[in-house]
Amino acid sequence: MTASEEGLKAADPGRRGASEEHRPSFLRRARRWLPGLLLVSPSIVAIGLFVYGLLFWNTRVALSGKHDEVSEYGFDKGRNFVDLWDQPSWPGAVKHALLFTAVFVVGALVLGAFLAFLMDKGIRAEAGFRVVYLFPMAVSFIASGVVWRWLMNPAPPQRAVGFNQLFDKLHLGFLSNSWWQNPDWGMAAMALPAIWQMSGYVMALYLAGFRSVPEDLREAARVDGASEWKVYRYVVFPQLRPVTLSALIILGHISLKVFDLIMAIAGKQIITYVPAIATYVEIFDRHDPANGATIATYMLVAVAVLVIPYLVWSVRSERTR
Amino acid sequence: MTAVGAPGRRSSGAVQAVKLAVLLAFVLLFLIPVYVLVVTSFKPLDEADPSSAWSLPSHWSTSGWGAAWDTLKPGLENSVKIAVSGSLISAVLGSLNGYVLSKWRFPGADVVFTLFLFGMFIPYQAVMIPLAGLLTDMELSGTIRGLVLAHVVYGIPICTLIFRNYYVTIPDELIEASRVDGAGMLRTYWSVVLPVSAPAFAVTLIWQFTSMWNDFLFAVFLGAPDSWPVTVMLNNTAGSGAVAVQYNQQMASALLASLPTLLVYLLLGRFFMRGLMAGALKG
Repeated sequence: MTASEEGLKAADPGRRGASEEHRPSFLRRARRWLPGLLLVSPSIVAIGLFVYGLLFWNTRVALSGKHDEVSEYGFDKGRNFVDLWDQPSWPGAVKHALLFTAVFVVGALVLGAFLAFLMDKGIRAEAGFRVVYLFPMAVSFIASGVVWRWLMNPAPPQRAVGFNQLFDKLHLGFLSNSWWQNPDWGMAAMALPAIWQMSGYVMALYLAGFRSVPEDLREAARVDGASEWKVYRYVVFPQLRPVTLSALIILGHISLKVFDLIMAIAGKQIITYVPAIATYVEIFDRHDPANGATIATYMLVAVAVLVIPYLVWSVRSERTR
Repeated sequence: MTAVGAPGRRSSGAVQAVKLAVLLAFVLLFLIPVYVLVVTSFKPLDEADPSSAWSLPSHWSTSGWGAAWDTLKPGLENSVKIAVSGSLISAVLGSLNGYVLSKWRFPGADVVFTLFLFGMFIPYQAVMIPLAGLLTDMELSGTIRGLVLAHVVYGIPICTLIFRNYYVTIPDELIEASRVDGAGMLRTYWSVVLPVSAPAFAVTLIWQFTSMWNDFLFAVFLGAPDSWPVTVMLNNTAGSGAVAVQYNQQMASALLASLPTLLVYLLLGRFFMRGLMAGALKG
């Protein structure tokens, strides 16, 4: 507070009176919101500790030289974040995660939107279709992995099983392939079960989106002579951008964290190594907390870059609504 | 819905037929894994071979199911304990948080809410090392209670979100009227908000039950053989390489481990859907 302000205040008794009157009203207002704050405070403490506290602690481990379970934490100036790239398995893990993400996100988005598009105007037995497309979401990857591991078995033609055997029987032998065991493109096959599990979810999002476009809007376009395709192209699809964004964020962050699916189908193999598996291997198999924490921090950064702008946008646009 | 109300807008018969055919084709594709699981699970052991997995059993046998039940029983019990208690606590916490964040807001409530929501998206790998240490310090490491604690804490964001989005639809006038009548925050919650909360409780319970039942990451990082849920036990039985895999038992195990969540989904799918939509924030 500057001197002149101080003087002003002293010279103006009325003003001081006002501020004194102001105080109880602040207390009264506090009485309105304080109980609420108290009721939420256990959760605030829990999230503060278990989310932000532990994220901070994890970063500390990542910045330490604790490459075994006995040494001190210390501080090694972030060397782990650089050294990680010299590990033979790490660049591959990043490549795998990116390939998986690209195929999974695009695949689930396109298939989900396509199914919703087909069902948009209502179709016989719609409820039944929805039940089938959505049920994989209720199943764990550990359970469905049992059968997907077998379906995507690359055994040679004479002993072919799974899809390869099915292709053979249907005279589609040229489709036979080594699935996730292909060193270059295997992670694209690994995305198939993930698409199977999540495209129903995308379908549900888009179906709700399609149906929230007012019929008047479509009708108006039709009256203007637009064909049914143009109604979609110029009226319906542009309205679905928020849905697409939501779906992208959700699929993207699931994809970057993928763990169960790969553990269930491939286990810990170099050919399907991704950051989420790498964290587990570094901590439990190589007993190297610093490296595990470093990889986990990279994962956190990747997710944060994707999610934080979305959350801020989402909460803000809701408030202005 | 609109289409049913306005049959004139339905596309022509031929277009409908094509759509129906494509949708049916995808139904078949989606059910392939289920077909293989069911068929193999009911085969006698000598028939349950990968090379003949596409064919129907010559006679239906439940021996695989019996063996699966015997092996998985402890895991199923642990999963029930974890998922039932965990989802109940989650729902209560979510309800109280959602109530305050929608109707009894404090300064900075938006910031708190956004910080909560980010907790929904973090990769749990990034808290695993310190979380394992913390649970050890609390002497909860490897226990069912430790797993419940982890599930409940990291479930706070989604549960709060579901309840908050639901409570926003309760008219503020109702809350105001209760206040004017002299009711405090808890009183208002008890007599005005809680009685209309059943659908939100259903969504949250189903959502949390499903995710806790299907969890693998927490269980494998924080659990111990005594507290392993069915997912870990199922993963462990799936072919160690030393013994020939008993495919009928393995597929029956996978189905057995999925039955509770599948039943919940089939019986209460409406609420499951709403949980899905809540996860999309603005969906």
